[in-house]
Amino acid sequence: MIGVIVKKEFRQIFRNPDILRMMILMPIIQLIVLPFAADYEIKNINLAIVNQDNSTYSQRLIQKFEAGEYFEVKWLGQDYRSGLDEVEKGEADIIITIPSHFEQDLVRDNKATIHMATDAVNGVKAGLSSLYASQIIASFNQEVREEWLVMPRNSEMVTIQSLSQNWYNPLNDYHLFMVPGILALLVTMVGALISALNIVSEKEKGTIEQINVTPIQKYQFIIGKLLPFWILGLVSITIGFIVSIVVFGLFSAGSYLVIYLYSGIYLLAALGIGLLLSTFVDTQQQATLFAFFIIMNFVLLSGLYTPTESMPIWANKLSWLLPPTHFIKVIRSVFIKGSSFSDLLPDFGLMAVFAMSYIGLAVLNYRKRAG
Amino acid sequence: MTTFTSFIIKEFQHVWRDKRSLFILIALPISLMLLFGFALSNEVKNSNIAILAPVYDQEVLELADRLDQSKYFTVNEKLQSDKDIDAYFKQNRGRMVVVFEPDFGDKLNHENQATINLIADATDPNTATTMVGYARSIISAMQNEKLEPTKLPYSIQIENRMLYNPQLLSAYNFVPGVMALILTLLGAMMTSVSIVKEKEYGSMELLLVSPVKPLMVVISKAIPYALLCFIDVIIILIMARFVLKMPLQGNLFLLLGMSILFIFTTLTLGLLISNSVKQQQMAMFISLVGLMMPSLLFSGFMFPIENMPKVLQVISHVVPTRYYFEILKSIMIKGLGFSYIWKQSLILLGMTVFFIAIAVKKFKIRLA
Repeated sequence: MIGVIVKKEFRQIFRNPDILRMMILMPIIQLIVLPFAADYEIKNINLAIVNQDNSTYSQRLIQKFEAGEYFEVKWLGQDYRSGLDEVEKGEADIIITIPSHFEQDLVRDNKATIHMATDAVNGVKAGLSSLYASQIIASFNQEVREEWLVMPRNSEMVTIQSLSQNWYNPLNDYHLFMVPGILALLVTMVGALISALNIVSEKEKGTIEQINVTPIQKYQFIIGKLLPFWILGLVSITIGFIVSIVVFGLFSAGSYLVIYLYSGIYLLAALGIGLLLSTFVDTQQQATLFAFFIIMNFVLLSGLYTPTESMPIWANKLSWLLPPTHFIKVIRSVFIKGSSFSDLLPDFGLMAVFAMSYIGLAVLNYRKRAG
Repeated sequence: MTTFTSFIIKEFQHVWRDKRSLFILIALPISLMLLFGFALSNEVKNSNIAILAPVYDQEVLELADRLDQSKYFTVNEKLQSDKDIDAYFKQNRGRMVVVFEPDFGDKLNHENQATINLIADATDPNTATTMVGYARSIISAMQNEKLEPTKLPYSIQIENRMLYNPQLLSAYNFVPGVMALILTLLGAMMTSVSIVKEKEYGSMELLLVSPVKPLMVVISKAIPYALLCFIDVIIILIMARFVLKMPLQGNLFLLLGMSILFIFTTLTLGLLISNSVKQQQMAMFISLVGLMMPSLLFSGFMFPIENMPKVLQVISHVVPTRYYFEILKSIMIKGLGFSYIWKQSLILLGMTVFFIAIAVKKFKIRLA
């Protein structure tokens, strides 16, 4: 019996080439475009430099900024107000003011100040770009100091040297971070949303009534409906892997088998959410709207872009309840760090519990409404 | 004209009757505002880190304590050997390990020089960079305190001021983004789906034989959504002002006027989509993939446009949401007047007129 429904579903999916094309093209386009677009690496910082101290030092500092890989000096002038104008027009991100007597103060009084004003409408960018700018100024400071002092080894001055290493992603490649995350999102869309839309369209057209009067049992109908989407979910992740290899040259650091295994369990939870969603709505228009609502909340709360630890406790708890949060964490661990099955054993257990609860909830709710 | 009014009333009843959709249409902006306003941030707060030192002497413990007490970090583990680091990261127990060299305290006290290695899990590159930055500043604060008597000569102090948004709240960027997004969703997607629905049901035929002009039938469908768009704009503005306590700097009327212009743009886009498809699912896909995604991607609200490859930057210029977002940002946050946004407004207006022209033309061809 289940076989019959599965066969019918596949036939319906393949019969409408437009929808099928969309289902295959959408993930590919998203996977290609999104990582390029969702590049939070801060690398083009436009500077407006207000140079009120026409000295050798101020010139050297400007040159140092020009040489820095992150910066571009877009505007040079002497008046802060015009510099601010550049920021208001969106031409510059940071105004760096080198006050008059900068060199003199530094040499005579051992102390000089540089003012930075950062356009902070985008807080993330402002934080990182002003950090980079401070680093450039600090290293210029170091140069100056070394010119004046010849520091002996084992000097009187206490120095703690701090080195740093970036593991797993030494080049700070943002694509490596985004690609597995977006893959996770795509699997969620196929599992939770397209399946829900499919069931609802059957409700809207009234064909679900026809199925209800056949000898097919409820559970057979549910399994028959969901199985094709479970398979499609795994197919879409496979397409995703191929795209990430062909377009981005990214291979998983860990075992693909672990990812498939986890995806298999995860898709059950996602399908549960889809089924649950379909019991709440009657028309495709409603379903679309609900789906959009859910997707937006998944995207924002799942840690795809912003770390879940940075959230306040209530949001953190809420994000913990959403299966995509865990999927994104796990797929990143395996893909980027090469975590093994045993590393992630607790996560597997948790997702199994999630899958059972969501499916259970959906089936219960489904019976109540349609049975 | 009275038949036209009765059409509009009919459409309002349609929208009003579907309470569940109405609920989402009101709940969506509210939940997005709450999430963006309170839940999302890129700040590093109480991030788990581990300490690894061959000998846990007093100096190591002092620095560990300083890291732990800062608002950025929580030291949740003391590792025993280099081999533990990999597992620590792979099991997602924390994001950074601070490795001290052997005899850290001894070296610091006797040779005045000691080394720390900050190993970050760079899976999320920006968070890693930020964490290393904070750890460095805590380390150098400790160093400077030990240094107190022999003050460093030739120091450049940096005074940093954050313009417009001193606390670096993400809401400042997201509120205009949410507005642009909701208007696109309501104006384009909901309108096009509701028109295509009539086509799919076959009831469009019935409407077209009525005495009302075909174009008016379609326009009457758009009117309730236009009103909903406007209500959502008001909700968002009220929430921004009173819940997120975000100052609205610029002229409110200019802001509302620009919003009405953008509502027109999205409604026309919705009409355009509904003209060219026959199935609800297609209308939905096109609005999602063709309109929603580009709006999210290329408006500059979630992702920085200047980081994108040139091709995508060029594409971003044809996305209307981009201009609306720029206008909103200038008015709401920077408090600028019309003289700063006339260019964007003109582009938006031009686009709208262009879309209307195509929509009307296509419409006649289809139903003639």
